[in-house]
Amino acid sequence: MSSEITIKMPRCKGCGICVAFCPKEVLAVDELGKVQVVNAANCIACGQCELRCPDYAIFVDKKVEA
Amino acid sequence: MERSFEQYFRQNRLPHLWCPGCGNGIVMKAIVQAIEKKGLDQDKTVIVSGIGCSSRASGYMDFDTLHTAHGRAIPFATGIKLANPELNVIVITGDGDCTAIGGNHFIHGCRRNVDLTVVLFNNSIYGMTGGQASPMTPTHKKATTAPYGAIDRNFDACRLAEAAGATYVARSTAFHVQHLTDMIAGGIDNKGFSFVEAICQCPTSYGRKNKMADPAKMMMWLRDNAVMKAAWDKLPDDKKTEEKFPIGLFYNESETDYATAYDEVIQIAGGADK
Repeated sequence: MSSEITIKMPRCKGCGICVAFCPKEVLAVDELGKVQVVNAANCIACGQCELRCPDYAIFVDKKVEA
Repeated sequence: MERSFEQYFRQNRLPHLWCPGCGNGIVMKAIVQAIEKKGLDQDKTVIVSGIGCSSRASGYMDFDTLHTAHGRAIPFATGIKLANPELNVIVITGDGDCTAIGGNHFIHGCRRNVDLTVVLFNNSIYGMTGGQASPMTPTHKKATTAPYGAIDRNFDACRLAEAAGATYVARSTAFHVQHLTDMIAGGIDNKGFSFVEAICQCPTSYGRKNKMADPAKMMMWLRDNAVMKAAWDKLPDDKKTEEKFPIGLFYNESETDYATAYDEVIQIAGGADK
């Protein structure tokens, strides 16, 4: 499944909730304390990260096949 | 893609000032999603909050908002509702704000059955002022004013609200986001005093004192210890340990709300025709 992850960087505080609840280890917190996508191909667009992000910084959409 | 709930936020105020991993943001999103789900008019919805970390939420929400005195959110909201019963009034309060400083206002709001939806952000601590123990800090948990663990027994705000006369009482957590949204939406539907306790994590003031500094670990704690009401009722007593707590809709009853009762008084006194 292909998905599109949008991150609003200015909002991210690097709390790591999205990283902990991602079942496919798609995300990681980088050394600057911001979330980044490290394994985009594994994303199943479950939306667990978006659901529990306290800062509304990450959004996941299922990519519509053209 | 831009989410539809973003229209209810004051974009120029975001990102909010809550600590990294604070559960308040999650509960605030649940509130706006419940408002969206119920299709409330943005111009006919008023958000009233008290003082505390939780009460900062009113500043980020794009409605008519009121940030009031400590513990006095419910009296202000009662005034708004009585002056203009058309408005949907939602009260945002914290555990200290609602059960300590505003304890009396809270029980009397329940007793009068004013048509409000009160969302209590329960992070078990006074976060903004530096981590003092609140009336909802669980017994034996540490706080800056209880370095050896709190000896006070904590309030069960849901049972308190039910006993005081609230007509809709529910509890959920920051982990159960959809469930929390449903509980708040149910509260908006109820005509009368609706009370929703949202348990959320405070990694900075509560977590660090109690060996749960990682916000994700605190959310996992919420996941593991919250028990849905139907399952809780069947749970044998020995499994109901101190850590576990029930979530879900506890009480829902239909009673005359305060504005209706007040209208009747206006009718009897003959003020409506004059």
